[in-house]
Amino acid sequence: MSDRTSDELPVSAGMPNDDPRPRGEDPVDSDEIDYVAPLEAHAASVADPNAKPILEVRDLKMYFPVKSSGIIRRTIGQVQAVDGVSFQVPEGGSLGLVGESGCGKSTTGRLITRLYQPTGGTINFDGRDISKTSARQLKPLRREIQMIFQDPYTSLNPRHSVGSIIGAPLAIHKVVPRDKILPRVQELLDIVGLNPEHYNRYPHEFSGGQRQRIGIARALTLQPKVLVADEPVSALDVSIQAQVINLLQDVQREFNIAFLFVAHDLAVVRHFCPEIAVMYLGKIVEIADRETLYNRPNHPYTQALLSAVPDVKQAAVGGRRERIRLEGDVPSPINPPSGCRFRTRCPIAQEICARVEPPLLQIGQRHKVACHFAGELGKHPDRPVTAPLLGVDDTGAPDPGATPSPLAANEPGYSDTWYDLERKTMASA
Amino acid sequence: MAFLSVRDLKVHFPTVDGVVKATDGLSFELEKGRTLGIVGESGSGKSVSSSAILGLHRKTSAKVSGEILLDGTDLLTLSDEQMRRRRGKDVAMIFQDPLSAMHPYYSVGNQIAEAYRVHHDVSKRAAKARAVEMLDRVGIPQPDRRVDDYPHQFSGGMRQRAMIAMGLINNPSLLIADEPTTALDVTVQAQILDLLQDLQKEFESAVIIITHDLGVIAEMADEVLVMYAGRAVEYGSGNEILTHPEMPYTWGLLSSVPDVSGDTDARLIPIPGNPPSLLNPPSGCAFHPRCPHRDKVPGDLCFTTLPELAPGTRTETHLKRCHLTDPDAVYEREVLPEIAPDLVEESHS
Repeated sequence: MSDRTSDELPVSAGMPNDDPRPRGEDPVDSDEIDYVAPLEAHAASVADPNAKPILEVRDLKMYFPVKSSGIIRRTIGQVQAVDGVSFQVPEGGSLGLVGESGCGKSTTGRLITRLYQPTGGTINFDGRDISKTSARQLKPLRREIQMIFQDPYTSLNPRHSVGSIIGAPLAIHKVVPRDKILPRVQELLDIVGLNPEHYNRYPHEFSGGQRQRIGIARALTLQPKVLVADEPVSALDVSIQAQVINLLQDVQREFNIAFLFVAHDLAVVRHFCPEIAVMYLGKIVEIADRETLYNRPNHPYTQALLSAVPDVKQAAVGGRRERIRLEGDVPSPINPPSGCRFRTRCPIAQEICARVEPPLLQIGQRHKVACHFAGELGKHPDRPVTAPLLGVDDTGAPDPGATPSPLAANEPGYSDTWYDLERKTMASA
Repeated sequence: MAFLSVRDLKVHFPTVDGVVKATDGLSFELEKGRTLGIVGESGSGKSVSSSAILGLHRKTSAKVSGEILLDGTDLLTLSDEQMRRRRGKDVAMIFQDPLSAMHPYYSVGNQIAEAYRVHHDVSKRAAKARAVEMLDRVGIPQPDRRVDDYPHQFSGGMRQRAMIAMGLINNPSLLIADEPTTALDVTVQAQILDLLQDLQKEFESAVIIITHDLGVIAEMADEVLVMYAGRAVEYGSGNEILTHPEMPYTWGLLSSVPDVSGDTDARLIPIPGNPPSLLNPPSGCAFHPRCPHRDKVPGDLCFTTLPELAPGTRTETHLKRCHLTDPDAVYEREVLPEIAPDLVEESHS
């Protein structure tokens, strides 16, 4: 890892010179905006099914203590922000994490970058567990895992020039000699579509979209293998969002970077990620490849979430999908509901849901769902599919007559066999 | 005559660097019980125009001209005192961020009741009862208890509901919702949009909804106004604009947002460049520096001449501000195949 030198940095890592990407216009003295040719259009990202995982997260937990007020601040509770999350991110691939605010998706992103020390579980990066690595040992790791932040206005130091913001990682990690920092910064500015001559300008001289490009350049400086993008476009105007998404797709392809893409915008995640995990109150409730998750969601929460997204093109052709109304708000993660955490708002919840927590059950080749009544919309079974597997009866009470089947515990990735909901037996490809 | 009729509205802010023309000649009409959606990027003048309808611009810092006829009265000719008597009663506004729009030191009920007492001569107790009634109407559970809570004790969705309750407490005939759901999660957004639609039916109000989310527009708006650099660039019925947009900026908006149900082969085509400065807007058509179709217009019309907001090739009521003579053909030939290949195939087969 430490044998990487500046010589290995591809000099022509950026786009060719006839790159149609717009050069950054300066909003301060934009007396005239140079015409920029239409950008290259981008179709949705596709997955490589054989890519090996670069990041494997197993049973990850993050509990934040809740302190009492007063002089003696005792811990009186815990916010279970992330509670037993497992997933894999393939090399050069992307996994999307979606969910409502407070579901723990951003916390998961920050745990991967080790901005937090996880309460439990493991984070396997490139074959090493990094969940307990000390701060000192983390330094080389920072080169491998980088982050793009949501708000381009608060994530750049206003008193540092763009050159020093992007160059700082190079100086800290002593990747290149001091006199080589500037050429590398300019190269990075070129890669993200900004004018390389603007290295001595300050963040306030750039627009929101341009600042986000600076944030991306900073994250790319050390050529990371994994990038955690926490809502990278939600602070930007719609016309600018597409520019930034396309740029992220370009750098992913160019440098083979794996992305953990955290966002609440289901349409953006669908475009960027071939595989998506839906989170609710600190747990993954459904994880599947793009086609399955968006066309045949099996968890009632995923179904409600998808039905709530206003859909332009659907409305434009006259079709308006029926919305599933979810009542109320997300419960507090300090005191999450017993059993299934979604049951308080679930339209199909029954007795068993309050008693037994549904396991994240693999029900397809690349499809896992945590629901007792998993099924496509309108086809949810009347009896819990999980009861016989868990050794309980239909109400969730222990059933002495039943023999629980050995279920794959909260494992990251997918196994070759899965539980077929229709035939109620194990199936394989 | 229409219930609300805005004619040639201009809001100019004189600054040391020159005049910022935030809104420059905006005209539209709105009937009772109908919803107008205004879309555009930040700085396109959507919020500035709606603030002008409420008379929220300070006379010393903004030059507002034109006509805003509400039920026949020009709001711009009213005195401050006359405007104050109408604001919140005839015209009300729901702001984007309910946490900063509400006062943190006063209880939610207190603030809602105040909006009622300003326009009605009633006791505090009666006003509070009315506030409870409104909180119940917008779907806050246990309204008689929650009425004494402070804004920080409400969740984001509940705060927005409380804002709606405050906006509707005087049965305004015109309700302006400025990005009412931008700060909310999708499931809560769906709840709020449903609520707004129900309440509109009940109170027969005219609603202006300002947003940058075309999805919200598609769900809510009967009419759509697309704004760019302070001007309307396309105006027509919601369905018409979403299915047959005729202005390249609207195409750009449609093609730069991904879709949850569309074809995954659909391409994401960003609008190049950045929104223009309103201090020094581009000459001619303000969109020409970012427009990929300007080469189809003969001569340098786009650079020199501002196109009129005029009917396009489709209907008399679908207006667009563009020099292109055959926008429909360009859209079907060049834009649609990229952004919705599935729709094109369907129409061919």
